[in-house]
Amino acid sequence: MSTVSTAVNGKSVEAVQADVDPRTLLVEFIREHLRLTGTHVGCDTAQCGACTVHMNGRAVKSCSMLALQAQGADVTTIEGLAKDGALHPMQAAFHECHGLQCGFCTPGMVMSSVQLLADNPKATEQEIREALEGNLCRCTGYHNIVKAVQQCQAGGVPANA
Amino acid sequence: MNDMTQTDLGPIAKSVLRREDQRFLTGVGMYTDDVALPGQTYGVFLRSPHAHARIVAIDTAEAAKAPGVIRIFTGADLAEAKVGGLPCGWLIHSKDGSPMKEPPHPVLAQGKVRHVGDQVALVVAESVLQAKDAAELIVVDYEELPAVIEAVDALKPGAPQVHDNAPGNLIYDWEIGDGKAADAAIKKAAHVTRMQIHNNRLIPNAMEPRAALGVYDAAEDHFTCWTTSQNPHVARLVMSAFYNVAPEHKLRVIAPDVGGGFGSKIYIYPEEICCLWASKRAGVPVKWVADRTESFLADAHGRDHVTTVEMAFDKDNKITGLKVDTIANLGAYMSLFSSSVPTYLYATLLSGQYNIANIHCNVRTVYTNTAPVDAYRGAGRPEATYVVERMMETAARELGMSPAELRRKNFVKSFPHQTPVIMCYDAGDYNATLDAALKAADYDGFAKRKSAAAKKGKLRGMGLSCYIEACGIAPSAAVGSLGAGVGLWESAEVRVNPVGTVEILTGSHSHGQGHETTFTQLVSERFGLPTDNVQIIHGDTDKVQFGMGTYGSRSGAVGMSAIVKALDKVEGKAKKIAAHLLEADEGDIVIENGEVKVAGTDKKLGWHEVCLAAYTGHNLPAGMEPGLKEGAFYDPTNFTFPAGTYVCEVEVDPETGKTEVIQFVAADDFGTIINPMIVEGQVHGGITQGLGQALLENAVYDDNGQLLTASYMDYAMPRADDVPSYKLSTHETVCPGNPLGMKGCGEAGAIGSPPALINAITDAIGNNALAMPATPARVWAAING
Amino acid sequence: MYSTNYHRASSLKDAQALFKKAGDGKFVSGGQTLLPTMKQRLAAPSDLIDLRHVKDLKGIKVSGKKVTIGAATTHAEVATNDKIVKVCPAICSLASHIGDPAVRHMGTIGGSIANNDPAADYPAAMMALGATIHTNKRQIAADKFFKGMFETALKDGEIITAVEFSAPKKAAYSKYPNPASRYAMCGVFVADHGKGDVRVAVTGAGNDGVFRHKAMEKALAADWSPEAVASAKVNEGDMLSDIHGNEAYRANLVRVMAKRAVAAAG
Repeated sequence: MSTVSTAVNGKSVEAVQADVDPRTLLVEFIREHLRLTGTHVGCDTAQCGACTVHMNGRAVKSCSMLALQAQGADVTTIEGLAKDGALHPMQAAFHECHGLQCGFCTPGMVMSSVQLLADNPKATEQEIREALEGNLCRCTGYHNIVKAVQQCQAGGVPANA
Repeated sequence: MNDMTQTDLGPIAKSVLRREDQRFLTGVGMYTDDVALPGQTYGVFLRSPHAHARIVAIDTAEAAKAPGVIRIFTGADLAEAKVGGLPCGWLIHSKDGSPMKEPPHPVLAQGKVRHVGDQVALVVAESVLQAKDAAELIVVDYEELPAVIEAVDALKPGAPQVHDNAPGNLIYDWEIGDGKAADAAIKKAAHVTRMQIHNNRLIPNAMEPRAALGVYDAAEDHFTCWTTSQNPHVARLVMSAFYNVAPEHKLRVIAPDVGGGFGSKIYIYPEEICCLWASKRAGVPVKWVADRTESFLADAHGRDHVTTVEMAFDKDNKITGLKVDTIANLGAYMSLFSSSVPTYLYATLLSGQYNIANIHCNVRTVYTNTAPVDAYRGAGRPEATYVVERMMETAARELGMSPAELRRKNFVKSFPHQTPVIMCYDAGDYNATLDAALKAADYDGFAKRKSAAAKKGKLRGMGLSCYIEACGIAPSAAVGSLGAGVGLWESAEVRVNPVGTVEILTGSHSHGQGHETTFTQLVSERFGLPTDNVQIIHGDTDKVQFGMGTYGSRSGAVGMSAIVKALDKVEGKAKKIAAHLLEADEGDIVIENGEVKVAGTDKKLGWHEVCLAAYTGHNLPAGMEPGLKEGAFYDPTNFTFPAGTYVCEVEVDPETGKTEVIQFVAADDFGTIINPMIVEGQVHGGITQGLGQALLENAVYDDNGQLLTASYMDYAMPRADDVPSYKLSTHETVCPGNPLGMKGCGEAGAIGSPPALINAITDAIGNNALAMPATPARVWAAING
Repeated sequence: MYSTNYHRASSLKDAQALFKKAGDGKFVSGGQTLLPTMKQRLAAPSDLIDLRHVKDLKGIKVSGKKVTIGAATTHAEVATNDKIVKVCPAICSLASHIGDPAVRHMGTIGGSIANNDPAADYPAAMMALGATIHTNKRQIAADKFFKGMFETALKDGEIITAVEFSAPKKAAYSKYPNPASRYAMCGVFVADHGKGDVRVAVTGAGNDGVFRHKAMEKALAADWSPEAVASAKVNEGDMLSDIHGNEAYRANLVRVMAKRAVAAAG
């Protein structure tokens, strides 16, 4: 067993500690040890993106790294995105644009979308679609996800209004 | 497009934002894998690496000693405990009257494995990793047998036998329609269009992999099973009736938040049975969660038809006959509803939107050494639509006619319309959706766009598809007479609390469809109640008395009809109470805006006052029982018939064969719509799955039965940059068959879109010989071949 | 995943010591290929030695035309580096199309090169740029470094520390992604180093990993134009064939991608 400690959703590195089998993935640490079950596992090959979280402010796939690789890092999961009970603007845009159906890909999709606009605030529709290539959704056909990102980009104003 | 307004009250036909979003967006949804019970253990299945093999011996001794292992079970343990096999729930008879060949489908392999991924043993351990480690220590001595993969090969003389008691691998040889009449029409025809069509095998890929958590409560002698199900009551029924694990009254099945289904979560699979059974044997809760590779290997696949078709036209280009011969691959075992898909859900739709006097369809289904095949979004109807709409486009090219006009000429124009293949279309306006789609697609401006594309070195093409489907599923007596093992009604219960809040218990199950929002709109509108005062409860057999679940686009047309029936009863009783209290005639009572009023007077009571009166029972009409709670079962009167036209426009890069979908237009008739935003979402998703089938997705086995597309590295899922934004519109003809006039919208996109895309690509490249999926390599070969 | 131990190396020396102590150790950087491989139980190192925090392996230096990229530099860092983009935008563009954004935040150039996946992008760039691979022991020319699928000149315990190349006069990378995995089904990197030194490297398409296409190099040296490679002979016998495309299709992609890369390079 090895000890892993990371800062998670505003809790300090010292506050979040657990003894884990070294082969524990970051997503398993988040889901099983921290019981933050919003981060999902949808594939085995780092393709679907349901496990996307932010580590030190960058989107990463938590199924493709060990928890120990995140030792000392600052991790934000979907549970840490809303502040003081108010949805993050990206979460709000997904709600307003019906950018989710079954909800399973949603946490990863939202985390990737937040990163997308941080990297490219003026992304075009094509750039948005390309930047989301690492996140699979089987329900929405991406149409309303793209709209949600555009609405968030426009400060909450519907893109096609 | 919808107006996206949100209101406190939720009137019908408004794009009310979804109430379920909050939990999904903040990560507090509760999917099966999110449930954590004290003392929970983990199950891992050892699966067959061979497509076909005899199991000579299984040695679990080393594995049993591995760290963390609690128990290991094999087929022998299940046989000893007399745990039954998996049934197929729809009995089809061959045309000679003999019943379909349904050999046993054991929960864990008995003596033989019949596809790669067939489950051989269950390891229960304290952690997933320990269970996986131990599974590798199980030694199985296999004697490999020759395997058969393709349906056509399975029927050849001398083909390897998948089951001893299904000679020639034939499950049934079934027909519908009048073969002689169809032959005669073809003989007399002025023109006959002929095609060979393969409908490619797909893997559903709901983003949440299947999972199950079984727990046995020794004190109560009671089982609970959390599972990723679209129909938990059917799961409970099947588990209790067929497996000898737990009787229905001692089994609770909970399907909590479910991350997409698309048909793949209708069926009862071996894994949940095993976990449930093992939880009692091992004395601990047992959880199993599929990894994605297991989903590829062991979820029921979809489609996989090989079809020969002939369509006859008279000299006026009117269709006079259609003859179809289909071989459908059902895989190694018959999944729960697999037999109905290539028969009653397929051949009955071969008339399309057209008036065709003579139709005959023969269907042979076969066993192969591949994963079982069952209903996947559309189930039979995409296969039928693909046959009919590829034929119509091809015929138009052969006849030198505009594809739109050939279709228009042959449309059914008066209703009801009885086809020669069972279905009686009740309402529709096919010209309206065709006109709307052509206009939205700027059909007339296509030639200009094509020549502009040519200047850039791109091949531009346009393709149409005028689909029809049958939803909701038919009257129970009718499907019973056709072989269904269950009724296809739905149930609902409306519980009005003393304070006037309302709980709706529904047998429908939401796994992305937004029932909590749509159903609330219906109830809130009915009594003028704030949406916050309405709660939708589903997915738990201990709460909801019974239900048939959600598939076949049925939750609006059938599920909501049951709610309407129960609401009618509640309203009737509430009015009686109000009439009594207000000393008015029952017929004068109206309920609106949360008030119960005497029409034409200022006499009224609050809704909550009437509800409270029902529960105090202090002053009720003579002989009336207290309380305000009503249930209803709604049995459909007919299938419903959503229909529409899709127009797809593509540009093909001739150098690489890559297709870009430039524009996709959908004009649909879904009957009455409650929440346009949710309906549009369903269509977006459906179209994308259809484009996925036509452009990207393909389940490929090699000759030895190894699945070559067992991960997202090789199975091409549609990604955000593979598809465009869509142009949608709806054009309502009210469905006369149910109280709300709804037809259903969940599958249309997946049904209508594949032929539109392939018609567009073949138009672009000028070569009609192109199979799905139209991968760049195939398109390039078709251009250069 | 099989049992393994994890060690975070603090320096190159530390990494070497950890490797020596390990029974069957493996270095990990971003882990974007290694971790999924281990999850599928296709690799089972006894120890993982994490190089991502070793200072000596980080950093990008551009001096004149000389570009040096530390092995632990992520794809995202290369893609967005404003110094490299001025001298060799082709490699930034290549890096910006590896995997997806989340993969690019973890995956590193050293890891990609050490793994030498036959469908990886960087090996083509290294070959075409005539890069030198620096390790803790020596310097290896890219041409000598890549040795077929998943094989490199690296010896047991040897660690890539950096890659170095001289920015060409012009260069471009054109990639045709596999429709499923999005790895390169064919990627062609063309570079004109001046004085007739033209290099063309192909990834994804060949049946033995990344390779240089000498006939195209010769044709381009004589006439730097898309037309010069459009009808180049690509030996179908050297191409991969799988469910996504046969040899003829891949040979065609090599020509088309080469043509487009030359056009993009200008």
